[in-house]
Amino acid sequence: MPDSLALTESTYYILLALHTPQHGYGIMQQTEALSGGRVRLAAGTLYGALNALCDKGWILPLPVEDGSRRKEYKLTEKGLQVLRTEVKRLRELADNGERILG
Amino acid sequence: MEKTIRKWFMVWDFEKEEEWLNEMALSGWVLDGVGFCSYHFSRCEPGEYTVRLEMHPQDEPYLQFMRDTGAEYVGRMLQWIYFRKKTTEGSFDLFSDIDSRIAHLNKIGRMLSLVGAANLIIGMANTFSPARLGWVNLLCATLLMYALGRIHGKKEALEKERRLHE
Repeated sequence: MPDSLALTESTYYILLALHTPQHGYGIMQQTEALSGGRVRLAAGTLYGALNALCDKGWILPLPVEDGSRRKEYKLTEKGLQVLRTEVKRLRELADNGERILG
Repeated sequence: MEKTIRKWFMVWDFEKEEEWLNEMALSGWVLDGVGFCSYHFSRCEPGEYTVRLEMHPQDEPYLQFMRDTGAEYVGRMLQWIYFRKKTTEGSFDLFSDIDSRIAHLNKIGRMLSLVGAANLIIGMANTFSPARLGWVNLLCATLLMYALGRIHGKKEALEKERRLHE
């Protein structure tokens, strides 16, 4: 799959939430907050997406610290690139929509 | 107070099974354990819990991940796992997009094909054995193939949706 394809809404918000490293539940909460309650990532969906994103090298799990059992993830340089490209693409979509519909 | 209800659902009716478990929770009985075609319930406040189920292989990191999000692991029956979460802890869903729903149906489909193919081979091999019990496996294989068709139908409906929405 070329990396230039559009991201899904879930992927987009997961990457965005991981701009600051955090664990799965944090990603769910932040996504809900960012989207004003519109996007609610379900746990199974998020778990599958996190594994897929790790495989792609867009995010990576942080070493688990003592005393904390929750695994945290962070965005990689590659992930950040993907996210920037996507923001540009989304801006184009929104701009065109506004230009034509007024 | 506890009670056990014997009931069974066809594999393609897993959403109905989930619906029924949530109706039970709404009426004050929350799922507390699962067995073969049996469900154990304990008393809860009506609507105290949301119950969810999915096909998922043995996967301890996944169960830990679910616990971290506030869900409780209730139990496993064959490849199916059951979770519950207090409604006060927020909404509880396992899948929030079409892609992951399709991935789940694929998982069910793969399992059905595997068990179906095994029954077909055993069935054919046993047709010529003296015990003549091959028909049992062939019947199982037929049922499993039918189930596969039902799951495939669900998947096609989602894929059609996926062409327009995510």
